[in-house]
Amino acid sequence: MTSEAAVDVRDLTIRYGDRIAVNGISFTAPAGAITAILGPNGAGKTSTVEVAEGFRRPTSGSVRVLGLDPLADHAELVKKIGVMLQAGGIANQSRVAETIELFASYYDNPLEVDDVLAMVGLQDFRRATYRSLSGGEQQRLSLALALVGQPELAFLDEPTAGVDPIGRQKIRAVIRGVKERGASVVLTTHDLDDVEKLADHVVILSGGQIVAAGTPQELMQSDQENDFRFRAAAGLALAELQTVLNASVREEQPGDYVVETQGTPAVIAALTQWLAERDLPLADLRVGRKNLNDVFLQVTQETANESANESVTTRRGRRRR
Amino acid sequence: MILQQIRHEVKMSLRNGEQVLVSIIIPVLFLIFFSSVDVLPLPEGVSDSIDFLAPGILALAVMSSAMVSLGIGTGFERQYLVLKRLGATPLGRPRWVGAKIAMICCLLAIQISVLVIVALLLGWSPQSNYLTALIAILLGASAFGGLGLLMAGTLKGTVTLAAANGLYLVLLLIGGMIVPFAEMPSALATIGEYTPAGALSTTLNAALRTGATSSSSAWVALVIWAIATPVLAARFFRWE
Repeated sequence: MTSEAAVDVRDLTIRYGDRIAVNGISFTAPAGAITAILGPNGAGKTSTVEVAEGFRRPTSGSVRVLGLDPLADHAELVKKIGVMLQAGGIANQSRVAETIELFASYYDNPLEVDDVLAMVGLQDFRRATYRSLSGGEQQRLSLALALVGQPELAFLDEPTAGVDPIGRQKIRAVIRGVKERGASVVLTTHDLDDVEKLADHVVILSGGQIVAAGTPQELMQSDQENDFRFRAAAGLALAELQTVLNASVREEQPGDYVVETQGTPAVIAALTQWLAERDLPLADLRVGRKNLNDVFLQVTQETANESANESVTTRRGRRRR
Repeated sequence: MILQQIRHEVKMSLRNGEQVLVSIIIPVLFLIFFSSVDVLPLPEGVSDSIDFLAPGILALAVMSSAMVSLGIGTGFERQYLVLKRLGATPLGRPRWVGAKIAMICCLLAIQISVLVIVALLLGWSPQSNYLTALIAILLGASAFGGLGLLMAGTLKGTVTLAAANGLYLVLLLIGGMIVPFAEMPSALATIGEYTPAGALSTTLNAALRTGATSSSSAWVALVIWAIATPVLAARFFRWE
């Protein structure tokens, strides 16, 4: 492991009985950076992170976290990490300030309780019980507990799940603050907006394997310069539009279109005119650049299709036998 | 760290209304009601019901806090992933277990103090075999604590709630705490005597009512329960 890696995963495989949850993956989460682990449900994100947190034993392969073995060096490791679970982890009748104070007592150099309350915006909820907090407030308390010990590395599982837009902004600001302090963050999330706004490094898992990795900019850079994308009303008359643009047009998702030709000014003008004639607004025109949602859907759907094809081939093979 | 955790555990227990009800209020109500209303049979040679009831209710209090409160509280902590989260902090599981044991000891001290004061006010005059009684209480706490943690560590929180309350009721009825074994059908009495509740109520009754040390079979049963249930809990407890 290099000194730059907060988490170093090598050939990690995790099996549950006959099922392979994680299949020989390797990646590095750089120190001092925010690394996002993305993937559909069942992709192996939580299993991978739980191995890194020391909750789970890998079937094979190795994981080093801050240079330590999560199982063998667990007592040393937990002094240096903070963990935010996706949900729960706090007793219902616990009060906000006393819970932060309790967690602060676990660490050698904790933040002041008042500072933590202010950091997550819960200073007016000191005596509120966990049960009485809204979903967003519960998430912020959970984040506070992960950060009160000033960890070198924070594992945050879905930190903005179920949080309103203002709460999300607060949580994102707190996470940026962790990075500015020099600490590392490993973020497990479904929220691609979080990833675009926060992550320095992205690992996309699907079917227990890494299907894409890199910086958000690297991933979003279109590998095809001969197409452009736009958003408009769902269900446009594609045949008519193709004739006007003289190019193939497909609707990847309702309202998300890909035009397979260069986005020259003439083509763009033809598109906007065609939409204007039908009084249809144009949104999110992107030439030569995908957003993270496009990348995520593309790489995870490719994997899902490959798995489905393999499954069909296997079934046919069995029938022949 | 550990002192803060103990303080937190005690605070959480006392803040939980159901736990206070089952650990303190119900035993006190039983003590007052059954010593005032002449509805229960008494063992041979006992003239004042409080002399039989007080040791039995102390045994009931041990069962309430060590099995019911600890089991239900821990079961829900496990269900809500509190234990999982604590596993990723420097507190660690050994300190957490230590804090739980200390919390039960604090609860027992509060319960016993309240119950002894109420019993003395009701005319109880215990024999002074206090050391034997204390040993029996600690063994009983270990046996019931092990049972509570065994349920909490293997069942869902809601199932632990039902199982702990159901077992509490059964052991209350057949454990010789309120109804003397002599008044039960012999098969039921034999089973009851060898339950942790029966073994504890027998040893406490002997220590505090007659001032004697009870039969060796009750002590043997109590010691076996006190060792077996924590060992089983340690073996089968699942943290999440």
